[in-house]
Amino acid sequence: MAAGPHLEFEKDIVELQEQIERLEGLARNKGLDVASELQDLQSKLEVLRRETYQNLRPIEQVQVARHPQRPYTLDYLDLVFSDFQELHGDRSYRDDEAIVGGWARLDGNTLMVIGHQKGRDMKENLRRNFGMPHPEGYRKALRLMRMAEKFGRPVVTFIDTPGAYPGLGAEERGQAEAIATNLREMARLRTPTVSVVIGEGGSGGALALGVTDRILMLEHSIYSVISPEGCAAILWRSAEHREKAAQALKLTSSNLLALGVADDIVAEPDGGAHADWDQTARQLQRSLAKHLSELIELDMDTLLRQRWAKYESMGAWLGEDGALDG
Amino acid sequence: MAWFRKDKKPLKATDRRDVPTDVFEKCEGCGEILYRERLAQNLNVCPDCGFHLRVTADRYLEILLDEGSFQEMDAHLQSADPLGFTDLKAYPDRVRAAEKKVGRNDAVVSGHGTLDGLPVCIAVMDFRFIGGSMGSVVGEKIARAARKALAERCPLIVVSASGGARMMEGIYSLMQMAKTSAVLARMHEEGIPYVSVLTDPTTGGVTASYAMLGDANLAEPGALIGFAGPRVIEETIKQELPKGFQRSEFLLRQGMVDQVVDRRELKDRIAVLLRHMLGAPAGGDGA
Repeated sequence: MAAGPHLEFEKDIVELQEQIERLEGLARNKGLDVASELQDLQSKLEVLRRETYQNLRPIEQVQVARHPQRPYTLDYLDLVFSDFQELHGDRSYRDDEAIVGGWARLDGNTLMVIGHQKGRDMKENLRRNFGMPHPEGYRKALRLMRMAEKFGRPVVTFIDTPGAYPGLGAEERGQAEAIATNLREMARLRTPTVSVVIGEGGSGGALALGVTDRILMLEHSIYSVISPEGCAAILWRSAEHREKAAQALKLTSSNLLALGVADDIVAEPDGGAHADWDQTARQLQRSLAKHLSELIELDMDTLLRQRWAKYESMGAWLGEDGALDG
Repeated sequence: MAWFRKDKKPLKATDRRDVPTDVFEKCEGCGEILYRERLAQNLNVCPDCGFHLRVTADRYLEILLDEGSFQEMDAHLQSADPLGFTDLKAYPDRVRAAEKKVGRNDAVVSGHGTLDGLPVCIAVMDFRFIGGSMGSVVGEKIARAARKALAERCPLIVVSASGGARMMEGIYSLMQMAKTSAVLARMHEEGIPYVSVLTDPTTGGVTASYAMLGDANLAEPGALIGFAGPRVIEETIKQELPKGFQRSEFLLRQGMVDQVVDRRELKDRIAVLLRHMLGAPAGGDGA
């Protein structure tokens, strides 16, 4: 992957964009009429974008999911919600800025929105720890979820993390316990919950916000038990085999829909969410509204029964008669 | 061949103190050579230094349950290969090799029995089976043991030993964390006791789900317990970890486990705790 803002497989797209810009410049400076040429190039660009983004290899999906210009949680809070009031801290140790959360309105209705938050430059990434939470981040998230339950408001979570932070302090303060407690408590939270994987769904650090009534995935997001690099390092003995690992792990949104883990995919514009934030936000808003309106219709016992059934049936194994179950 | 041309075999470390492993075993704690039979009588705890050598799932069932009371459940469940996963080896081949080595279908044995006369459901993990990794079968068997505990309203005991999620099952392995925690949420709501026993090693997704969710978390002495593995942490922070980091006694100090319990006292300790939680009168000899 190139260090610059463009992904390697986007090279042709970028070249075409530059060609269009040059032509536009030429038209302005020299007063030439290039309208039809421009139109040709524009439609060529559209086709190229669509074809490229409809045929991404898994490792390319991973690159798009990690794209630094993809909208993050706070961007969606700005684009999709209104009236956001951020709430800080876990009330025992500190405020973990790798997870943000607070009250916000969707179409006028109050909900609790919680999500991982990555940074776009080094300074912000140090503050956000690259979106990798410490235990106090999960504990803050749980505090906010319980408050949503207390006031009878739904919870929406945004998942976008490389994973839990494998550091000294995180272990000392019990990140395993913090994640485990979130899993159990989310399973019994008495309010409708929806999670959306907006970028990178990395392992336990992602799941700690993910035990929800509905799991949505943005089209080019990924969700995996381990990063392709980590998997390759262990099973292929070298991170260089990440492409094979990305393929084998079945981590794309269409994989997860087929495996019955994701409930719905939120379509992204051709060129990916990073190419058009507004359109992505509109799609997300529609999808959230649809799923939330279905969930708030259910009485709490039905909601919980369905949630338990959803998670308790996950997996695939050979059962009594050697037939595939799950 | 002339005598001076004769090839020398390189000396291997194991040649030097060759211990016939069928009779003796070397303690990893103090290096003492121990009689296997005596060691087994001592539940594989070194009589000299107290080091806890790993034991199999079957041995834990003998140690914890009343003789002859164990009824195994779901022994037939087998791993599928939902992703068609192949790395340097195909996943089904790894499973078959582990089955042959361990003599079990997967990394957990589950069932019900009595512990000091108390009916319990129990699941014990076996680290020898693909590093005690949690795939769909492990998750499903733990979930079924917990559902049985719910139906019978009897306590659940899980003895963990695991390297974490089984990545060859991809997202399904991650979702076993959610699955097991969801059943435990129902047990939590019903007020049914759950004792988690953490043995060497318990790391990754198992620690970050059912192993940390006990009404009592009991750790065997010296067990490695954590989420991230020590090597990963060292690579991240670029320094060596302090001695004893992520060991049971460290977790006790940090407030993550309730007690560090010697294997030889484990059964009695669980019985006392369960009777407290069940509101039952104290057992025969004060237990």
